[in-house]
Amino acid sequence: MSVWVYGEQKSDLKIEGAIARRIAEDLYEVFIGPQHPGSGHMRIIIRVDGDIIVDADPDMGYVHRTMEKLSEGREWIKNIPLFERMAIHDACNVTVSYVIALERILGIEPPPRARYLRTLLCEINRIAAHLYGFGIFGVFMGHSTMYMWSFADREVMVELAEKLTGARLTHSYPIPGGARRDLPQDFPDQARKAVRYFRRRLEEYRKIFLDNPVMRSRMEGVGVIPKKVAAELGVVGPVARASGIKYDARLAEPYDAYDEVEFEVPVFEEGDALARAWVKFEEIKQSLRIIEQAVDWLEKHQREAPMHPKFWERSPPLWKKVFEAEGRVKLLPLMANLKLPPGKAMARSETARGEIVYYVESDGKTTPYRVRIVSPSARNAIVFKYIVPGYRVMDLPTIYGSIDYFPPEADR
Amino acid sequence: MDVEELKKRIEEALGGLVKGIEEGKGFIDVIVDLDNIVEAASRLKELGFDHVKSLTVIDYPKENRFRVIYHASSYLDEELAKYIVGIGADVPRDNPRMPTLVYVWRGVEFQEREVYEFFGIEFTGHPDMRPLLLVPQLAEAKPLRKEFIVKEEPIIRVKPPTG
Repeated sequence: MSVWVYGEQKSDLKIEGAIARRIAEDLYEVFIGPQHPGSGHMRIIIRVDGDIIVDADPDMGYVHRTMEKLSEGREWIKNIPLFERMAIHDACNVTVSYVIALERILGIEPPPRARYLRTLLCEINRIAAHLYGFGIFGVFMGHSTMYMWSFADREVMVELAEKLTGARLTHSYPIPGGARRDLPQDFPDQARKAVRYFRRRLEEYRKIFLDNPVMRSRMEGVGVIPKKVAAELGVVGPVARASGIKYDARLAEPYDAYDEVEFEVPVFEEGDALARAWVKFEEIKQSLRIIEQAVDWLEKHQREAPMHPKFWERSPPLWKKVFEAEGRVKLLPLMANLKLPPGKAMARSETARGEIVYYVESDGKTTPYRVRIVSPSARNAIVFKYIVPGYRVMDLPTIYGSIDYFPPEADR
Repeated sequence: MDVEELKKRIEEALGGLVKGIEEGKGFIDVIVDLDNIVEAASRLKELGFDHVKSLTVIDYPKENRFRVIYHASSYLDEELAKYIVGIGADVPRDNPRMPTLVYVWRGVEFQEREVYEFFGIEFTGHPDMRPLLLVPQLAEAKPLRKEFIVKEEPIIRVKPPTG
């Protein structure tokens, strides 16, 4: 017999590679992804009754790289560029908690200047990652203007990061005991200009996307996660904060300079796709505030080596000369064979998509004994299984985009 | 509330189940017997630890055991949110089985599947025990066990041709 799927006639179970399969009376299994334009490197197997989803099974792992295993064979410092590959546009946020875990095992704290420099880059990354998320969200919903705008404006933040670190993405900026570089002379003015530009620009984003009646009708009341359910499922980041959970790793356990700068954590009660978009939008505004404060602080205070004295004192004279002349900290040679005392530590940081947790165990060698990473998208993936059923197939891209699911980060 | 007070509260709530408390940097591990882990986890949840951040498994082949720890924290209680408390037990390497905690914390469902494929630990009573990230053939190799060695291609230096 033949059935109709998406207005196209398909022979049931007889054609090889057919995308839909009849599994019961009036129940069809549809594979969304991994090559579907609305899914990325991930597949969601949904079962539909008419166009109502009755069951969803997220099938992850298409971009899995076994980072936890690979890290056991690499020196401590070489794991930083490895872990960055989880979310290259959010590199500082993703690796800073690994670095903090190492610092906890070493028993050192970075100097204040390094802490502010890291905070500055973290917030630049956060804005860039949120804009990336908005762009993908926009294109999922067929709103190509949002896609074009946010990808173009993301360039501003990527260039700021390049100015600060020398790399557009994958900066490898935080290292145990400090940061890799100091500010260039003209950075503060450029950063302030970018902040002014974004304040004006965000207003336009609101008008064209968040307050757009067409977009609102697709987002409002879609993918609702009640507060209790959100806590039960253990979702993180903007997804949790859109459901009324006031949790942010920057507040719960302030790291770097977050206990010294002023910022708010936007929390919404509705728990739907629109609230999640609003959380990200408001977070960009808060990040702009933090960037301003960090730049002011860095400009006011005298330059010092953004490196813990324990390491800096043991650096060769050439390193100090380079720092005095260019304000650049070359990677210290002793870092390559860094040995950590035996011990175990956990650290968490708030990336753009939510909290990332590292568990690091050392047995006194130059490589880790065990590193456990739980990334925000990995924790949010469970939403597809428990929240998607009950909505229509057309709501799936909205829910997917609003969660800002990022497969390389979830698969690790 | 400081760490000592937290430890006292946990010991009170868990009663005689606690076998030992290990303090790491940035977290506390409460170790219990494998048979008591479901009961201990439920009591920890009643205390306010409403979600699991990380299901951490460490392989100690020399001691013939896996250390399985559920690192939990709180969303709804701001005071508890500052701490990460792990509830863990030792699982023998030759019989890697333990009861699931999905019915205590729903959020660990995918992480238990992940542990199943990477370490081969089976969670009895889990509603959906299949590999999550790996293909079945790779999952059989249990890649995160210590005996699995990743073969990396060496960097070969070739002298540039002279002349």
